[in-house]
Amino acid sequence: MNNYAQESNSSKILIGRSFKFGDDISTDLIAPGRYFHLRSNLPELAKHVLEDADPEFANKIKEGDFVVAGKNFGLGSSREHAPAIMKIAGVGAVLAKSFARIFFRNCINIGLPALICDTDSIDDGDVLEINLGEGIITDKTKNLQIKFNPLPEVMIKILNDGGLVNHIEKNKGFNL
Amino acid sequence: MAGKTISEKIISEHAGKELSAGDIAVVDVDIVMSQDGTGPLAVSQLKKMGFCGVKNKKQSIFFIDHASPSPRKELSNSHMVLRDFASQSGAVISEVGKGVCHQILVESYACPGNIVIGGDSHTCTSGALGAFATGMGSTDIAVGYALAKTWLMVPQTIKINFNGNINKGVFAKDLIIYLIAKITSDGATYRALEFGGELLDKLTIDDRFTISNMAVEAGAKTGIFPSDKVTMEYLKSQGRSNCFREIYADEGADYERVIDINCSVIEPMVSQPHTVDNALPVSALENIKVDQVFIGTCTNGRLSDLRIAASILKGKKVANGVRLIVIPASMDIYIKAIKEGIIETFVESGAVVLAPGCGPCVGIHQGILGDGEVCLSTQNRNFKGRMGNPDSFIYLSSPATAAWSSVKGYIADPREVLV
Ligand code: SF4
Repeated sequence: MNNYAQESNSSKILIGRSFKFGDDISTDLIAPGRYFHLRSNLPELAKHVLEDADPEFANKIKEGDFVVAGKNFGLGSSREHAPAIMKIAGVGAVLAKSFARIFFRNCINIGLPALICDTDSIDDGDVLEINLGEGIITDKTKNLQIKFNPLPEVMIKILNDGGLVNHIEKNKGFNL
Repeated sequence: MAGKTISEKIISEHAGKELSAGDIAVVDVDIVMSQDGTGPLAVSQLKKMGFCGVKNKKQSIFFIDHASPSPRKELSNSHMVLRDFASQSGAVISEVGKGVCHQILVESYACPGNIVIGGDSHTCTSGALGAFATGMGSTDIAVGYALAKTWLMVPQTIKINFNGNINKGVFAKDLIIYLIAKITSDGATYRALEFGGELLDKLTIDDRFTISNMAVEAGAKTGIFPSDKVTMEYLKSQGRSNCFREIYADEGADYERVIDINCSVIEPMVSQPHTVDNALPVSALENIKVDQVFIGTCTNGRLSDLRIAASILKGKKVANGVRLIVIPASMDIYIKAIKEGIIETFVESGAVVLAPGCGPCVGIHQGILGDGEVCLSTQNRNFKGRMGNPDSFIYLSSPATAAWSSVKGYIADPREVLV
């Protein structure tokens, strides 16, 4: 049973368009090192999100759209700025066949849903509806349903508290 | 009961209960660090949580190494944030010119059996000393600074045995590139790599640092060596023999997989653009002209790396049209290299030697590539755009291959020159 978002997202349904990417999208492609000086200005850095994978992405994305990718999304650096600017740019969730470990953990910590599922059938531009509570993605364009893997219990707790900062504040430490 | 892997042992100790792969626990951490790219966000997250200090002052470190010295005012201001917070909280600041975080951690901080968490993916480097060392994002690191705790899932372990012989011209870098090509860039995701095998005694501490450093390039959470005589000797040489303890896996430890690598078949290796696992023996590459060669970083900026490179460059000149950049990984290495005359050799050959730090590795300064340019680097990753320009091409190799290629002007086999 996947109910990780129940408190923060209260069985929220996310709806948006798919932006499709390939395998091995690195944090260098998401938050390029040449904009290192913008790390202290995340809204500005967000204008360059995923720029080296798709130079037009930041202009095309609308609030709530999804990033859909192949395997090993977010490999490379530990920079939390990568998922942070995706969230700031409006990305509602990231769907991938697999994630690099640090990136995945960072997503949960900052409250960006990162869903592990088979993304092969989803094409660029498909309209998706994601039921976080039930763990189901509906591809409205293709009329297909895809299940995503449930998260580990501790991650559900962190997400339910609205991310790690809120979890620690609320519990005055870890309560996992 | 099944025996324990090194990771299971260390994490169990730090959780105060017996754990095995798949268990999740809150654990004490010994060392928490971040650098100038991840530290400022950690500081702001700390403040958001209402903390104003760090739990364990002497083991909470902020490194200024990525943009060091700062090339622009925004980064200078970020450095000021770190300096202010460190002086307020009593945390340690490692200043401009001291060197790359991972090198300083192994020189002065990490001990066998420790848990080390760092706001940098190559924190796994300290695994070479028998520590459970892993990279995390700024928010996790902020919590680590404040509480000296984190939560961990005990990873499954893949045991890597290095067997056979190491051929002439082949170095630790070639072994680890070969391994990553074999298991791919996500072959060890969520897993620990534990290194051993017949060649363990022959792998020097610098070899082990290079190998552990790149564990994350296969997706691993950590890349850990048992601690042994080699570890002990190193800690002694750093005046830290009191932190030595033996750490090794139990007989019958439960490994998810065991991979035997026959090193006798490994040649000098090169990773081609734009992934580390896109690797070939250097002998299979044809006439790849290089514009820049970079010898340095937390992967290969150590004294033994500089020594081998200098021995190849001695009495020769860097080829016309090639820029060779050399950066010792730490001040300690820099001073030793000066005393040995290695730095003089580099400068005489036409190299640019820069102060300890990350240099051009992550595309901030000190050697950003032009459109279409090719760099051969001793760093650990070659993702598109890594060195500051998505329209450039990065190849990775050992310091020996890099040095010889800088003389030839194209990617060249170091066996041509090593006797
Ligand atoms: S040298 Fe390169 S890989 Fe190592 S810490 Fe610095 S930027 Fe990261």
